[in-house]
Amino acid sequence: MSEARTTTTYREALREALRAALRADERVFLMGEDVGRYGGSFAVSKGLLAEFGEERVRDTPLSESAFVGAGIGAALGGLRPIVEIMTCNFSLLALDQILNNAATLCHMSGGQFPVPLVIRMSTGAGRQLAAQHSHSFEGWYAHIPGLRILAPATLADARGMLGSALHCPDPVLIFEHIALLTLEGELAAEAGDVDIRHAAVRRTGRDITVVTYGASLHKCLEAASELGREGIELEVIDLRTLRPLDDETIMGSVRRTHRLLVVDEGWRSGSLAAEVGMRAVEQAFFELDAPIARVCTEEVPVPYPRHLEDAALPSVARIAAEARRLVSRVP
Amino acid sequence: MSRELRLPSLGADMDAGTLVEWRVRPGSRVRKGEVMALVETDKGIIDLECFEDSTVERLLVEPGTRVAVGTALALLAGEAAPATQVGSGAEVTAPAVRASPAARVRARVLGVALEGLAGTGLGGAVTLEDVERVARTAAAVPVAGKAAGLRAAIAAAMSRSKREIPHYYVQLTIDFGPAAAWLGAYNAHRPPLERLLPAVLLLKATATAAREFPAFNGFYTAQGFESAAVVNLGVAIALRGGGVVAPALLDADRKPLAQLMPELQGLVERARRGHLRSGEAASATLTVTSLGEEGADAVLPVIHPPQVAMIGFGSVLERPWVVDGRIEVRPVLGASLAADHRVTDGRQGAQFLARIRDGLSKPEAL
Amino acid sequence: MSGAGEAPVVRERALELLRGMLRIRQFEDRCAQLYGEQKIRGFLHLYNGQEAVATGVMECLGPEDSIVATYREHGHAIARGIPMTTLMAEMYGKREGVSRGRGGSMHLFDAATRFYGGNAIVAGGLPMAVGLALANRLARRSGIAVCFFGEGAAAEGEFHESLNLAALWHLPVLFVCENNLYAMGTALARSQATTDIAVRARTYTLEAQAVDGMDVLAVAAATRRAVASLRAGGGPVLLECRTYRFRAHSMFDAQLYREREEVEAWRERGPLISFTRRIKAAGLITEDDFQRLQAEAEAEVDAAVVFAESGEWEPVEDLGRFVYAETGA
Repeated sequence: MSEARTTTTYREALREALRAALRADERVFLMGEDVGRYGGSFAVSKGLLAEFGEERVRDTPLSESAFVGAGIGAALGGLRPIVEIMTCNFSLLALDQILNNAATLCHMSGGQFPVPLVIRMSTGAGRQLAAQHSHSFEGWYAHIPGLRILAPATLADARGMLGSALHCPDPVLIFEHIALLTLEGELAAEAGDVDIRHAAVRRTGRDITVVTYGASLHKCLEAASELGREGIELEVIDLRTLRPLDDETIMGSVRRTHRLLVVDEGWRSGSLAAEVGMRAVEQAFFELDAPIARVCTEEVPVPYPRHLEDAALPSVARIAAEARRLVSRVP
Repeated sequence: MSRELRLPSLGADMDAGTLVEWRVRPGSRVRKGEVMALVETDKGIIDLECFEDSTVERLLVEPGTRVAVGTALALLAGEAAPATQVGSGAEVTAPAVRASPAARVRARVLGVALEGLAGTGLGGAVTLEDVERVARTAAAVPVAGKAAGLRAAIAAAMSRSKREIPHYYVQLTIDFGPAAAWLGAYNAHRPPLERLLPAVLLLKATATAAREFPAFNGFYTAQGFESAAVVNLGVAIALRGGGVVAPALLDADRKPLAQLMPELQGLVERARRGHLRSGEAASATLTVTSLGEEGADAVLPVIHPPQVAMIGFGSVLERPWVVDGRIEVRPVLGASLAADHRVTDGRQGAQFLARIRDGLSKPEAL
Repeated sequence: MSGAGEAPVVRERALELLRGMLRIRQFEDRCAQLYGEQKIRGFLHLYNGQEAVATGVMECLGPEDSIVATYREHGHAIARGIPMTTLMAEMYGKREGVSRGRGGSMHLFDAATRFYGGNAIVAGGLPMAVGLALANRLARRSGIAVCFFGEGAAAEGEFHESLNLAALWHLPVLFVCENNLYAMGTALARSQATTDIAVRARTYTLEAQAVDGMDVLAVAAATRRAVASLRAGGGPVLLECRTYRFRAHSMFDAQLYREREEVEAWRERGPLISFTRRIKAAGLITEDDFQRLQAEAEAEVDAAVVFAESGEWEPVEDLGRFVYAETGA
């Protein structure tokens, strides 16, 4: 059975998700810096102000703590706010609200006050935006119990994760990778909510499990194609949900391939990649046939010039080299 | 300073043993060469020798305990300082087998010994695939009961040999007449216990030739071939329960026949009792197998890695033989050499066999 | 006794306000005692001296209004009408506690009375109050959001961000600053360039007024006016209630930062003493009335302690509950 498909981009899919959410539920509103008249700093919310009006598409002052906290209050007050933070670097100005309030209120109140809030923010490097606009903090946020962390890497997830997050009674943070905004592809015309509890196997292979998420997914898939021509088969897993982690899918794959490579745009030390690797040691140690390997961002603030930015980030070449090393044989 | 007496790896195919009995107690002073304990291995009970004059400080393992190779069995206070100095630990400790966790689990399940397996993984680690390859080969020889361990060990070692060593073979039929005559004369005037068997002549001739052809006497490892400084001649001994072991006659090239004979008898007896000494169980630099008693004309042996050659002898049979243009009935012997083509070539192999033949033609010089 | 446009002080109201402040005082005096007996642990911040603020403000609120308070919130919780029993159980950490024992003294939460904590990050509650007001506005509900905080919070960015946002969006928030002069041990004048909180609020175009926080009637009068304005669609209001805490910041505090004479001078103006003196002089209540209220409050506290003592500990197996919402629970 074939279904109608349309060509779209990641950015348009995000916008369509916002539009659908605002249409579907009167309680939903969007607020953040420049989401209205400017159309969103990455043009994701372009046109929504005209369609839904100032009450539901709200420009905020440059007060991350206040408007994220206001989102928490509005969620407690029965609404379904979507708060946009321009970049995850700026989210640190609201970390008090995200961690001390959004993530703790439900538990601290003995279950009386869940916080059904969605916070969207851009993440990642690749656009030469230098060290205050290029970092990846989703791994940090994934450290915090009480939050749910999503990282859409595909058009379907860009389109579907927001709606699912709004149906979730917990605070959900969605990390939209700036390098993916122009990603183009086909999407089912009736695409909608998606599962936000499980990782997805994006490519099957028997030799190495590659666990990744976000923009790195596409680098991993490219590396997998390259290695496929050499007879090395990568199984590429897109985590999608960084907290809680879908251990079952990860370990199920490791049990088949016996090798694990984690690719993460965060810095290596204390990274999500470290967490995934440690879980594999805890849960699948006796299945491992090679050391666990990681490809992460080099431990420097992401630099401005293209060649240094490229050198700092996980690349197809580094991923492929690491995968080859894992299956290399001593003659 | 105390040091540990660890369970040694007595063969590439040994990864554990069961402590049967202590022959020493805390406070015992032991001399180099004294037996300290008996350890049961897949190949039988082996005496654990003391390699250095020591005093036993403490026993760490109870009899009946099965322990892995490298496990500390006792604490010794050494009288000879050098081996116990700081930094010597690495020499005392047997290197751990580098194998992936998955390979270890699979090896245990399949009964494959990791010791001696050549790893193909990262850093030379034994991988799942390595274990499974060995297991597939071993599975072709179904065995049951106590011999299974030995069988698996042989399977592992021989599979590795055939997988890694490019064998070549040279055969030569040797006139055993001069040797038989010399033996008859030698034994005629001696009481039974002092008489020599033909086998000891074959061994001595091989050992002597090996000293002159060092490329057949030594080990091939990751670093390549290295010839041995001594000739410890392995002797293949068939066990009654099935299987074969090849303990060594130490310094076989330097010992007179009168000394080698009782040593050979002791070796066979200990091997069949399953009671080999640790020093002789795993130190062979070149091995000889003889199937003469079974009536085989000749044998084409499989080299025991990391050795690089093996000599096979068949039966001594009376055969027509041309001597000085005339046909005579002579006792002749089929000798063969299996050798590692990575180290030597057929021409050297032929010369090596010929040197053995020459030795047997002048037995009085042996 | 009544001011311009102010609710008259009749006997019933006088008794009710006095009862309210006495209940808080008695509850907390018992808490201090129980802390010494190690029944209550963690931080314990007492409200002693500031009772007129919570009592005066809460008198003017309805059930549709939302409250956000600080870690010094026992008085607000009691004045809001949360039963003393579940509050005391929370002080103990028992599962019968108002937050199932997971919050303790600093984190009292109660959905039934729209009491949103119990927030122990200074100024962290202000943005939430703005959001609660926003929800009311967008949902066309009449409720307002009332946010209590100390003068120390005025030094935090969240104070400024929140006042600006509330004013910008014209939201029904009543910011109640309880200025007790000390942020822990740091006097206001030692830490903030502008010591007049109301002045700072006015720069964000808020209606702002300073009021005697030791006078329950003055607090109630100012609150009533503010609430009326907010319900009529006016923008946010800030009340600066000038008050004083008689006890230490927390239980383990040698109070090196202030003179004994200063504390004694404020005690003379204490909210209970002054209000009791005043309504007795006006003939609204008698000493017997006072004694009776005192005894009733004490009996209520006794019952709360019995309730807390007989409560149960949350099973350790339930440790991981409520990290995420339990739909249907």
